[in-house]
Amino acid sequence: MVEFALPKNSKITGGKTWPKPAGATELREFKVYRWNPDDGKNPSVDTYYVDTNDCGPMVLDGLIWIKNHIDPSLTFRRSCREGVCGSCAMNIDGQNTLACTRSMHDVKDGAVKINPLPHQPVVKDLVPDLTNFYAQYASIEPWLKTTSPTPQKEWRQSHEDREKLDGLYECILCACCSTSCPSYWWNSERYLGPAALLQANRWVSDSRDEATGERLDNLEDPFRLYRCHTIMNCAKACPKGLNPAEAIAELKLKMVERQI
Amino acid sequence: MSYSESHGSPKPPSMRTPLGRVRNLGAAHSGTSDFWRQRITGVAMTLLMIPVLVIVMMLLGRNQAGAAQILGSLPIAVILLLFIFASAWHMKIGMQVVIEDYVHNEKLKLTAIMLNNFFSIAVALASTYAILKLSSGV
Repeated sequence: MVEFALPKNSKITGGKTWPKPAGATELREFKVYRWNPDDGKNPSVDTYYVDTNDCGPMVLDGLIWIKNHIDPSLTFRRSCREGVCGSCAMNIDGQNTLACTRSMHDVKDGAVKINPLPHQPVVKDLVPDLTNFYAQYASIEPWLKTTSPTPQKEWRQSHEDREKLDGLYECILCACCSTSCPSYWWNSERYLGPAALLQANRWVSDSRDEATGERLDNLEDPFRLYRCHTIMNCAKACPKGLNPAEAIAELKLKMVERQI
Repeated sequence: MSYSESHGSPKPPSMRTPLGRVRNLGAAHSGTSDFWRQRITGVAMTLLMIPVLVIVMMLLGRNQAGAAQILGSLPIAVILLLFIFASAWHMKIGMQVVIEDYVHNEKLKLTAIMLNNFFSIAVALASTYAILKLSSGV
């Protein structure tokens, strides 16, 4: 059966409360998931106090402030700090999102609770192991596939056909959607998940691509595609405002279309 | 760090590449038929719901002879038979999806799917038999 409870070594126990910074006038409490692969202990939740007068407004600013001023061992991924790279995806106040685009002031009263993306193996602290997620992306072969001779200039596409890629090409592969999907939690080994399927639809919808049927063949599977039960957590979680559930529905429609 | 070394990993160490694990046995090239049939039977049940409710209300409080008289009408018997057919098929597909979602042990999964098929066919046949028996006045 599916494992509904956390494994014994993943249960959260205790946690350290770090002292409040001296001289700070405005403090915000952060409760952050910690796990160190080297100490053999279970994960814990540490409490930090961030001086909001001394740092930027976003949750990522708070985390960087903690790392710089309180605890240099706190581990998380970040890069562009403007919602383009998808590195700082994490679960903030119960929702998967990007720490760089979520304001700590939008988190309602109480502590800012931060956990790694759910249901993924953890490398350390807030860093999830996304090996399987990236392999699933690679499996949909996200590149233009053609057999016609390559044109002298570019592969041409009408404005109307280009518009069909809107809402798909913007995906930054942050994994917020896939890791918010219960179907992905239970069957991530066989179900490709909303992110990979949205990307699959991006290539299936590309008028320049000549492998549409082959791509659909590769997806037509009770697990790879049809584990999506339109739960819609993906659309709610997407920090870029995309709708992976709709992209998956379009894929299913194309599957039916070519049979009936 | 490899997938198998990280915390909470659901998998024992494997030397297979991540892409090899994802591709695994390949696509089954099926699933669309079940998806489409689930929609057809769902729409059919929605359309049949009100006529079936009316028939059930008509049957309330009747004795066997009264029920046999009502079910003796061809349209009524056909509506009930269609409803049984659509709902049993819908139930079979829906339950299979639930089993595939949550039961990961291969042997248990195959057994459960088999039992689900037997149960759905048995329910459909028993209900069909009851309708035919009553409507033919046997």
